[in-house]
Amino acid sequence: MMVLDTVLARLRGVRKTYGTLRALDGIDLALRSGEVLALLGPNGAGKTTAISLLLGLARADAGTVELFGRDPQDIAARRQIGVMLQDAQLPPTLRVGELLRLTASYYPNPRSVTESAELAGVADLLMRPYGKLSGGQQRRVQFALALCGRPALLFLDEPTVGMDIEARQKLWAAIRHLIAEGNAVVLTTHYLEEAEALADRVCVMAKGRVISEGSVDALRARIALKRVWCSTQLSLAELATWPDVAEARSDGDRVCLSTEHVEALVRRLLAEDMTLSSLEVRAAGLAEAFTELTREPSPSPASAEAA
Amino acid sequence: MNTDTLVMPRGRVFGAYVEEARSEILRYLRNPGFLLPIILFPNVFYVMFGVLLNHSNDEAARYMLASYSSFGVMAPGLFGFGVSLALERDSGLLTLKRALPMPPGAYLLGKMLMAVCVATVVGALLLVLALGVAHAPLGAAQVLQLLCVDALGVLPFCALGLLVGTLLKGQGAPGLLNMIYLPMAFLSGLWFPLQMMPKLLQQLAPIWPSYHLNVLAQHAVGFNVGAIWPHVLVLLGFTIGFLLLAARRLRRYG
Repeated sequence: MMVLDTVLARLRGVRKTYGTLRALDGIDLALRSGEVLALLGPNGAGKTTAISLLLGLARADAGTVELFGRDPQDIAARRQIGVMLQDAQLPPTLRVGELLRLTASYYPNPRSVTESAELAGVADLLMRPYGKLSGGQQRRVQFALALCGRPALLFLDEPTVGMDIEARQKLWAAIRHLIAEGNAVVLTTHYLEEAEALADRVCVMAKGRVISEGSVDALRARIALKRVWCSTQLSLAELATWPDVAEARSDGDRVCLSTEHVEALVRRLLAEDMTLSSLEVRAAGLAEAFTELTREPSPSPASAEAA
Repeated sequence: MNTDTLVMPRGRVFGAYVEEARSEILRYLRNPGFLLPIILFPNVFYVMFGVLLNHSNDEAARYMLASYSSFGVMAPGLFGFGVSLALERDSGLLTLKRALPMPPGAYLLGKMLMAVCVATVVGALLLVLALGVAHAPLGAAQVLQLLCVDALGVLPFCALGLLVGTLLKGQGAPGLLNMIYLPMAFLSGLWFPLQMMPKLLQQLAPIWPSYHLNVLAQHAVGFNVGAIWPHVLVLLGFTIGFLLLAARRLRRYG
């Protein structure tokens, strides 16, 4: 029986502090069956803390944490999850097949070693010692370990960090295959295109809170800013006073303006400066949308001189 | 909620214990840099002092067999548990295993079984040397009793190693463990008989678990050491005490 909208994992009003650092500040998060949720946010946003609470690695100071309706520290709840952590070094002398056999033994109804290896694209590596593999191969082996227990929910913590493009595409294809079979996934990532490629829903976190939640499209639409670059005689200070300009900064020998009304702004620019040149207009990618969302509330003046 | 899939048949839980122990043993068999020193040290000492420098003194051959057995048994417990736990906490492997549905007991039992195996191998090699080269006069019952002392005597040191492994992360652990291992062996009279040491050190010896293990080993090879039950109880107490402290730290800090 297929049950839609069953909540598999949930954080409700969760707070967690480490010493004086408030890692999570009253966060609410729910993950439903068959859904792929990406957690985005800068370092220190609380992504890792949220994941470790859901995995039962730490206890919340306040609020409730549920995994399949149970406490995640209950081993029975974790028998339905697969886990790929960012910086776990597996025993280098064990062969890939041995690692799969060991991990599968923790689960009630695991996939066979061959099936897991084929799903993750490591079937040709089964006899190789883990320590002799390349970084990309090791990540795919870790993915094989995550899926070998036939879990209903996968936790993937920065699954493709440090991979080259080809290896990343391969892993994405493997993850998509599992998603197509109805697996739910919680994904944390620094790569915005990874969230775009895989996720149904994106949660942007900053300072221990969820500051935006929705589809990738909704996230981008929420920040409908576009950017206009040009070489102009108009001064930066003057441009910054224009009502259509959300932000003005210099970028090399050009100025870069952010705006929600790009047509009106370009019309006025061309009208006021006949010598204007090197005009370029670009839509904000998810990367910019993300930067906007997590920006400090009081930006320091004339800061972004980089690039 | 579908709870049927959460039930793990008992046979599969047992299977997880077997697999965990199997992996642990494979890892160490493939890591001679770790195993060889642990196995060779006590045997080399025995060859030097119990065979080459010993002029067919049967009593000395038996005495040194027992004391070097105790010395040899401490290492797999202290290092097998302590170093690997400290490294696995550092490398994120323990975190991953805690996130996976691994039965926590399987992790500890796997390492314990590994330590018991290595301790038995160390003890058996020493026995081969004592019987075959030093011609120590030992009966079959005595041989068996000493092997049992070796196999079980590693447990308090597993517990102590576990505790040290929870205190330190990564590469610091071997250094600290050596600072515990070597002085403790010396102060318990495993290298020189306690009678040759200052009165104060003789009186302090019973505070070390290795002293009590050595008494049991001496008893096994036929020396009269008085009642052995107090020493068994003290070792049991050490084991439980270290385990409880380690479990408390593991629960708090992971």
